[in-house]
Amino acid sequence: MTDQEELDKVIKEQERWEETTVPSWLKRHPERKKKFHNISELPIRRLYTPADTKNISYLRDIGFSGEFPFTRGVHATMYRGRLWTMRQFSGFGTAEQTNKRFKYLLKEGETGLSIAFDYPTIMGYDSDDPMSIGEVGRCGVAIASLKDFETLFDGIPLDKVTTSMTINGPAAMLLAMYIAIGDKQGVPYAVLGGTTQNDLLKEFFAQKLCIFPPRPSVKLVTDIVEFCTSNLPRWNPISVSGYHIREAGSNALQELAFTIYDGISYVEAALERGLEVDEFAPRLSFFFASHNDLFEEIAKFRAARRLWARLMKDRFHARKARSMWMRMHVQTSGCTLTANQPLNNIIRVTIQSLAAILGGTQSLHTNSHDEALCLPSEKAVRIALRIQQIIAHESGVPNTIDPVGGSYYVETLTNQLEEKAMDYIDKIDSMGGVYEAIERGFFQKEIADSAYKYQKEIDGNERTLVSVNKYCIEEPECPIELLRVDPAVEEQQISRLEKLRRERNKTKVKQALNKLHDEADKNSNLMPTIIETVKAYATLGEICSVLRGVYGEYKELIVI
Amino acid sequence: MTEKKIRILVAKPGLDSHDRGAKVVARALRDAGMEVIYTGLRQTPEQIVETVLQEDVDVLGLSILSGAHMTHFPKIMNLMKQKDLKDVLVFAGGIIPEEDIEPLQKLGIREIFGPGTPTETVIDFVKKNVQKSR
Repeated sequence: MTDQEELDKVIKEQERWEETTVPSWLKRHPERKKKFHNISELPIRRLYTPADTKNISYLRDIGFSGEFPFTRGVHATMYRGRLWTMRQFSGFGTAEQTNKRFKYLLKEGETGLSIAFDYPTIMGYDSDDPMSIGEVGRCGVAIASLKDFETLFDGIPLDKVTTSMTINGPAAMLLAMYIAIGDKQGVPYAVLGGTTQNDLLKEFFAQKLCIFPPRPSVKLVTDIVEFCTSNLPRWNPISVSGYHIREAGSNALQELAFTIYDGISYVEAALERGLEVDEFAPRLSFFFASHNDLFEEIAKFRAARRLWARLMKDRFHARKARSMWMRMHVQTSGCTLTANQPLNNIIRVTIQSLAAILGGTQSLHTNSHDEALCLPSEKAVRIALRIQQIIAHESGVPNTIDPVGGSYYVETLTNQLEEKAMDYIDKIDSMGGVYEAIERGFFQKEIADSAYKYQKEIDGNERTLVSVNKYCIEEPECPIELLRVDPAVEEQQISRLEKLRRERNKTKVKQALNKLHDEADKNSNLMPTIIETVKAYATLGEICSVLRGVYGEYKELIVI
Repeated sequence: MTEKKIRILVAKPGLDSHDRGAKVVARALRDAGMEVIYTGLRQTPEQIVETVLQEDVDVLGLSILSGAHMTHFPKIMNLMKQKDLKDVLVFAGGIIPEEDIEPLQKLGIREIFGPGTPTETVIDFVKKNVQKSR
């Protein structure tokens, strides 16, 4: 029998099954819902068979890990070689407190650092700026200058760890500080490894922590790309982030499509700068959320890898395989955590982590179960890390490559997500690109609509959330101990900053800031000047204020 | 005679950029027939109270997830008092620990909604309580 004959037979048999076996069962046992669909609103069939995957070519669409189109993974042996990096996003209070947390996590088996900065740092305000009142050290660690960064990395050798920094507006300044620490520790540029999120485009419609308007923002992004391409071969200059798009309320498909579109836009900006695609593309990295629907998420990661590889090859004519690699970090989805019965979140995070690992991520952050209530306590973050370690060492999941590859369901979903993401990409292209889409509020509206729809489904009990709209219990008091950031942190931080301002060489600071002002207006790469400015102990607020003066400030486009 | 529409300001004080909840609540209140104004992000207490005054709203909804509520909320409530806006119904939502709820209620914030609150609960709360103060 030929393959075609076999397939025809399967299709025929499936029709028979639908007409006979299924209806007779349904008479007595109706299905739970009239329609099944995932969060991206793709309908889910009762059963997937070879008929669903008949148009998929194994060699063209699935292939082998480490080879184009990388559906099964970017590395040839995936987790049989090295496990993913266990990288917990963390930071709170002062640099001392976070330094202590970093060392604790490394001792407990974490394999990479990831810094959470507080809002003043993220927005480029000094800790004593009026805008910073009440926010210092609350949502992350307060970094006002290189001085704080020195404390943050005290006793942490930069040639032994890689560090990811969730920083966007002031990404260049924080990277400059990291380089300065490396210089002090005597670590060569070639050895410094890590990531700056440095994805400004999604700030305008998802995370909304932007300082400068879109075009100067992307100028700074591209300065970092260019600087890293020639100086920091192990640095990922951008982590193109879908995570915040998802957390802001998008569905998996929108997350996939908008993230890839942002990626396309950064490639275009670097090409415009005169860089060769194969010079910089290998260091572009990505960051996604892992939400509740296990198979939808797995398919999203696989589709993202394949779509990116195809775009890099066909749209940008990359030649190196590495330029087509989509290396990704995944974080379990914060917005799925519930404040009620918080211990249940451990189970949610476990399932979401499994999706990320079955999806072939390079690095993973697992949320702590207390994060709908506060920043993670030491105990909660340890349990979160243990989830990864249990999957890694006990479950057997990492022992073969892409274990769900070939599943009729997963392959079908992977295809659907890729196709529909491509439709979005064509649509944004036809709008004139990313800036136009932001200006029109296109992404903002898409995300707000999905967020509202999701909430309506929960409110209307169409979507069940355990402990939110089903299986609720009276909890007389919170069953877990919560971390509270001491309000005294703000005063401590401000007095440190005052001390720095007294003790540093004021002339040097002034000269550096003046030079920065002059350079910012020109078309040259700002990174070398920013490194000098940071090394002169200019504060983040001073640097950002100079740049605000030159580039202006972004005013939010409000779309409900 | 048709009843006057409830006017409500949804506001985001401080540097916090988590606006998913605020926007969803704003839209739900609008769909429930209220006139909703949303401030956008990063409003100072002064800006928020000024908008309450200028827009002559009946209700103020505050959203904050950054942990800075004990700094911003008391300031807002003080300014409200100074401007004689005691009749405006105030509620809040976000990540607000249990132990902060009572002190905030003492300042005049009538209700604090945590994560997982159905939008219906917020709508009912506004409808029920706004009548008393109008």
